[in-house]
Amino acid sequence: MNQPTGGHKQGFLSTNREDRWWIEPTLTGLGFIAFVVYTTWSMLQGEYYWWSAGQEGFGGYLSPFYSPLIFINPTVAGAAPAAHAWLGSFPGWWPSLIPMTPAILILAGPLSFRLTCYYYRKFYYRSFFLSPPGCAVGGVTQKNYSGETVLLVIQNIHRYTLYIAFGIIAVLSYDAVLSFFRDGKLGIGVGSIILLINPILLAGYTFGCHALRHLSGGRMDCFSCPNGKEKFKHKLWKGISSLNDRHMFWAWISMIWVAFADIYVRMVAMGNWTDFNTWSL
Amino acid sequence: MDRKFKVWRGNKKSGEFISYSVAVEQGMVVLDAVHRIQTEHASDLAVRWNCKAGKCGSCSVEINGKPKLACMTRLNDYREDEEITIQPIKAFPIIKDLVADFSWNYEQNKRIQPLKIRARDKDGNHRMFQRDVERIQEFRKCIECFLCQDVCHVLRDHNKKDKFIGPRFMIRLASLEMHPLDEADRIPAIKEEFGAGMCNITRCCTDVCPEHIQITDNGIIPLKERVVDKYYDPVMWLYRKIFKRN
Repeated sequence: MNQPTGGHKQGFLSTNREDRWWIEPTLTGLGFIAFVVYTTWSMLQGEYYWWSAGQEGFGGYLSPFYSPLIFINPTVAGAAPAAHAWLGSFPGWWPSLIPMTPAILILAGPLSFRLTCYYYRKFYYRSFFLSPPGCAVGGVTQKNYSGETVLLVIQNIHRYTLYIAFGIIAVLSYDAVLSFFRDGKLGIGVGSIILLINPILLAGYTFGCHALRHLSGGRMDCFSCPNGKEKFKHKLWKGISSLNDRHMFWAWISMIWVAFADIYVRMVAMGNWTDFNTWSL
Repeated sequence: MDRKFKVWRGNKKSGEFISYSVAVEQGMVVLDAVHRIQTEHASDLAVRWNCKAGKCGSCSVEINGKPKLACMTRLNDYREDEEITIQPIKAFPIIKDLVADFSWNYEQNKRIQPLKIRARDKDGNHRMFQRDVERIQEFRKCIECFLCQDVCHVLRDHNKKDKFIGPRFMIRLASLEMHPLDEADRIPAIKEEFGAGMCNITRCCTDVCPEHIQITDNGIIPLKERVVDKYYDPVMWLYRKIFKRN
């Protein structure tokens, strides 16, 4: 006698579950950490993010982590030509404590979209906040749990980060077009295909976003009022809903691919990998 | 073949796990085994059940630590040599053995403003179309087993029953808020009284729903987004001011 009422264990990580519930939060957590570590490392490099086989003119491969180029340092290895940057070279007043890498001006945008995404919230609340680490598993003991009502009310900016994500997709789509040209000549390379797939996967993730689903039509109570005819918003909402059904898939595949695209451009620019393409035929 | 079961026996003050061994046959579910334990070993074992078809929502318990319906959980989901643990749900007070007191939930239901139906059309009819009610028909599948309430960590671990109404009633609120004929505005109550912000979207409620209702994606998140429209989005605020929309 005198066991906790109902036989339920109390406290952090307590559970009567006998399955391996910890595998999913561990793997997703490690996967995301690996992405963040690689992205940070890549961002801080500031070189080998561009490749056009030494040719000037329209075209070339640009790493998605570095796009759009706002300021660049054209003197480093693997840098894009100065003409590709929106505002040219890094200005003289650039603080010496902040690394002179174009990616440092970019990555906060897409990262803020992912960090406030409803899917990411699910896995990092489980994997990192341990609140709870698994279903029916005791979470971190909190004296006054407040959910997303106090500090985490910031999560409600998600719909604004969505607009940033739209901008990023537009820019990366332009980069994909750019990758089919070298010195103004149309062609195709393995890198072109990789950089073309990248915005498609990001679009699959972004256009399945819960906030967009709401803004497109989900906020309406009636899709047919007042005349009974189906509105375009309903069709849009249905399309977004079908993408939203597999939001987790799109989140992971787009995240892995964008890192792979960066690795590919970096390896080719460093001369470690050969880019098979039609220009060298 | 005999199987071993560890069943929690007791009341709200104290209790203990007691092991039973009963003969089982192919196709049996956990509720069948509980009934056999009642018949052969413990005629005073309390268990709530009714339809035995996963439609009444009565036999909610925790099986090997997971909230489940006893009548829909087959014994062959578990290894033959595995002892199956059966205990009452955690989030609500125990009455006896496997029976918990769900009355808090019925009190919450009373707090929700019911459907406030808009005026009839000029021809005297209330008219709505299938595409407009499809969304809320999913929510009407709820059998009120309250497994989602049990697994919700806000209620289960943090016991914030004064701050959050729970997934079951977020779904009911969604079914009313999205109803094409309804004209009540429950968003202020959803934010303040019912605590939409307390949910941190860990989706356990969706994982345990025996009716496979997409509680989080189709109910709670859309309500959270409506709260954002009203309270956190300056563009929507400006839009309402300019176009005089509510």
